[in-house]
Parts: sequence; structure tokens; C-alpha cells
Amino acid sequence: MEAAGVATGPQRRSAGRRLADLFHGRPRLQLGTLLAGPVSWLVVGYIGSLLVMLVAAFWGVNALSGEVSRSFSLDNFKELVEEPVYRQVTGRTVGIAAAATLTDALLAFPIAFYMAKVASPRIKGVLVVAILMPLWSFYLVKVYAWRTMLSEGGIINWALDPIGLSGPGFGTTAVWLVESYLWLPFMILPIYAGLERIPNTLLSASEDLGAGPGRTFRRVILPLAFPAVVAGSIFTFSLTLGDFITPSLVSPETQFIGNVVKANITNNLPLASAFATVTIAVMIIYLLLARRLGAFEHL
Amino acid sequence: MRLSRRSRNLLRVGVGITLAFIYVPLIVIAIYAFNSGTTLEWPPPGLTTHWFPEAIDNPGARDAFFTSIKVGLAATVIALVLGSLASLAVSRHSFFGRETVSFLVVLPIALPGIVTGIALSDTFTQVLGIGLGLFTVVVAHATFCIVIVYNNVAARLRRVSGSFEEASADLGAHTWQTFRHVTLPNMQTALVAGGLLAFALSFDEIIVTTFTLGAGDQTLPIWIFTNLFRPNELPVVNVVAVLVVLISIVPVYLAHRLTREVGGAAAGRPGGDAPATARADAGATTAEATAIP
Repeated sequence: MEAAGVATGPQRRSAGRRLADLFHGRPRLQLGTLLAGPVSWLVVGYIGSLLVMLVAAFWGVNALSGEVSRSFSLDNFKELVEEPVYRQVTGRTVGIAAAATLTDALLAFPIAFYMAKVASPRIKGVLVVAILMPLWSFYLVKVYAWRTMLSEGGIINWALDPIGLSGPGFGTTAVWLVESYLWLPFMILPIYAGLERIPNTLLSASEDLGAGPGRTFRRVILPLAFPAVVAGSIFTFSLTLGDFITPSLVSPETQFIGNVVKANITNNLPLASAFATVTIAVMIIYLLLARRLGAFEHL
Repeated sequence: MRLSRRSRNLLRVGVGITLAFIYVPLIVIAIYAFNSGTTLEWPPPGLTTHWFPEAIDNPGARDAFFTSIKVGLAATVIALVLGSLASLAVSRHSFFGRETVSFLVVLPIALPGIVTGIALSDTFTQVLGIGLGLFTVVVAHATFCIVIVYNNVAARLRRVSGSFEEASADLGAHTWQTFRHVTLPNMQTALVAGGLLAFALSFDEIIVTTFTLGAGDQTLPIWIFTNLFRPNELPVVNVVAVLVVLISIVPVYLAHRLTREVGGAAAGRPGGDAPATARADAGATTAEATAIP
């Protein structure tokens, strides 16, 4: 059907046509043209910016004028390591990121498994939409919703009051809860896609060979789905690490890396850059591990 | 897999709890939009639609809304161009460093938002000497939106064999003709879906935005963030929050429909409503939404 359109196409040697001829049979040239834009945007623009941040992390601030002074020193990093507050902040942030990641993996697995291997096609379609919808959307609104729910007179205390309990209120527990909530769909989808890729015949084979559901799960499903879990964890971990909105809404008293960076952008850009560099180091280690575990095929 | 009735039911309960966990906060916030009181006391003393006209007439919220639309559109256009170029390169050519492209594209979104934010802000203010403003936000948003378009288009191109393009070239079509008549129609809906998702992502973003937006401008999420600490503004904030949800849900839903239907068409079944294709497509859509090849 396309061939007809091609055959009757214009035959004059326009500039565009000459360019097309130039590309014809030159895959390297085609490739170069395709890559030039995106690669220069991402390498020169983005990676370049990351390098600028890395350099700025070694700058300082003039104590008198408050201006950024561009002289190399290790002071920022020294401060981050030696100052107990900053060590605490780093530990707390990484801890919450790990806790949220673990929580999400535990919550995500049953629903992902149900979607991939148990639900009827119709239910599965509905569930995919239900998980996909809130994926990237209205992040701030979600945090805000939790702020209202966790507040003194909020729905959580209201629901727990009759049985003599009260909610966690604002604080580190609230941050853990909200981060787990926010990034849960990011864990469900890769695990679901990973489980979907496991052929049912493999599970039948395991059953035929005498393994019960528990054993099939441990010995067949879990090892095959593990890279997908790691893939999901990249997002849950990283997004928690860089979040300053959640702490500032549901834990105003405690500091996380994001808050410290945010608080320093106007007064001490170099220190903020240094702290952001710490999260990048944590993430690079995490990504390299994830790559080794085969997570990249599952993202 | 064969499961006992008991474990099946247990699984259903787990699914129910997870879904409730995901949706209850959204329902609560939707109810607050109709709250007749002015505090966040639960349960609300009564319900009213009084705050909706008030929110729509709020000049700050309205300006922020249009700013968000502008930024979202501009970022989406850039992401569409760069994302589809990169996905064409990766899907239709093999070259040294191909893996790295996928890595590079996902990096702005895989790294914590504060990193992307501060790196770009450092570069704009310290190196390039560009004052922060709408331009810098657009650049920042485009950077992390590329991956969305890239994933959608790359997932599509992987499913459509490159031999169609070879056949077109064999039949005498030149580069543009092949692109216009073969490649583009195949990737069209993936492009639209990617664009919609990219727009939704930009519309919603707040972390990178905080670091790259000038002092004078506000996007809608920034407006909400600055106003939710003001008790007087709370009722309006609640309504705007619900409107934001509604606005971002539409593109996401449309994108989902688009990738689903064309999954069917690409598999050679126009309409794509047969149960078998629906099942395959649901998986494909998930892959497209979050995939890195």
C-alpha cells in the first residue's frame, strides 16, 4: 500500500531529495545525524552540568560577601563528613530510601504476581490502568493528601481513635510511609512485566516435577523475577533519595539530604552541590550493582 | 499457575489492600475539595461546591496554570524531537556505545531530582550566566522528558520489524519517503502517547522546577506548594489539587489507550479488541511506559 504512494512521489531533484541521496547507503551518516541532537543535549548539556556541579562542590563561599569563590578546596566534603548533623542527615536519608524500597518490594510482589499469573485478561487490564494512572502524576498532591491524613485532626487519627490508638503524626515514620506510597507503582510495573515474561510452561514443569507452589515460588519465580525487583528499586531508591517535598510537608522537624540542599541553594551553592554529589555517588554505586544484577533489561 | 483456593483468596486480599493504599489518599483529597470548613479537620463538617469558582477565579492559580501549560508544551516538543531521533538511532542501527545511549537517556530521571536540579542551576547561573526563568525550566523539563518519548517510540520500533523499511528502500523509495510512508505511520501513536506522558510529567514536576525556576514565576505545583502553608488559602489549594489530578489523568489515560490499540494493529489485528491481543498489549504498554531497552 505504501509502495503506490512512493512510486507516484515527486521526482524532481530538490534539496531535500539531494540530501536523501546523500543519506542513501550511508548508514554511518544516518546514524550520526540521528544521534547528533540527543547526544549533544544529553552529553554536553546534562553530563556537562553534572560535571559543573562536581566542580562547584569544591568551591567555597566568601564569609564576608557571601559570594561564591571559585577556589578549589575539600572543605565542603570535610564538613559533610565531620559535622555530626550532616552524617545523621545522610544516614537518615539513605536509611529511609532503603526502607521504602524494601516496603515497596514486599507490597508490590503480591499484586504484580496476581496481575501477571492469576487475574483474567479483563481484570489484568483494569489493574494495569489502575497502577499506571497514578504513576508519574500529581506527586505533590499525593504528598499533600498524606499531610492532611497524618495531621492532628486527620483521618488516620480519626480512624484509630476508637480503638485507642493514634497515627504516627509528622516525623520520620511519616516520611517512610509517604515515600513507600509515592513510589509503589514504580515497583509494581517492572515486577509485573518481569513476571509476565516467565513462561507458564516453566511453572507447570516445576509443578510436574513435584514442587509445591511455595517451592516453585522460591526456586523458579523469585530468581527469574529478581532482576525486575532490582529494576524497580532503582526508582524507589533514587526518587526517595532526592525528595525534599515529602520531608518538608510531613516531617518539618527532621532534615533529609533534599532539605539541606534546598536550604543551601541561595546561601551556599557549593555546599549544596557537594551534598548532591554525595547522592550521586550513592546512586552510581547502586546503578552499577543493578546493572550487574541484570536489572537494565527490565526497566 | 495452580494455586489453592486459600492462597488465591489471600492474594486477592493483598491486592485489595494495595489498591486501597494507592487510592484512599486520592479519595480523601477529592472529598476535601468539597469541604465546607476551612481546616483539615476530619470528617469535614459539610460539603459544598463553593470553593470551585473561587479557585478558578484565583489569579495566582490561574497564572501558574498557564505557566505550567507553556512549560509543558515547550518541553514536550523538544523531548519529542530528541527522543524519537535517539530511539530511531538505537532501534535501527547497531553501533559501539548503543547501550550507553539508553543509559544516558534515563539518567536525568534515574538520578535524584535534587541532582538534576542543582546541576542545571549551577550551570545556568555560574557558567552560562543565564538568569533562572521559564527558559531554564523548559530546558530542565525537556531533559528528563526525553526518556518518556524515547521509551515509547523505541518499544514500538522494536515490535515493528526493520524489514519494512528495507523493503521500502528496495522498492525505490528514498530516505524521506521511507520515513514518511513507512517509519512515521508505524511510530505515530507511540509518538503521541510519549508526548502526552511527557506533558503530564512536566505538568506535575516540582523538584527540578524549584531549582531552575526564576523567583518571579510559578508553575502550578509550585503555587500549590507555596500556598498550602497559608491557612487562608487551604480551601482553594484543595480544589486546585483535585483539578491538577484531573488534568494530568487525561493525557495519561489517552496515552494508555493509544499504545494499547496500536499494539493490536501492529500485531496485524486492526481494532485489537480480541482478548488475546488485549492481554499481549497490556504487557506491551507497561513495557512502553517504563521500559529501557
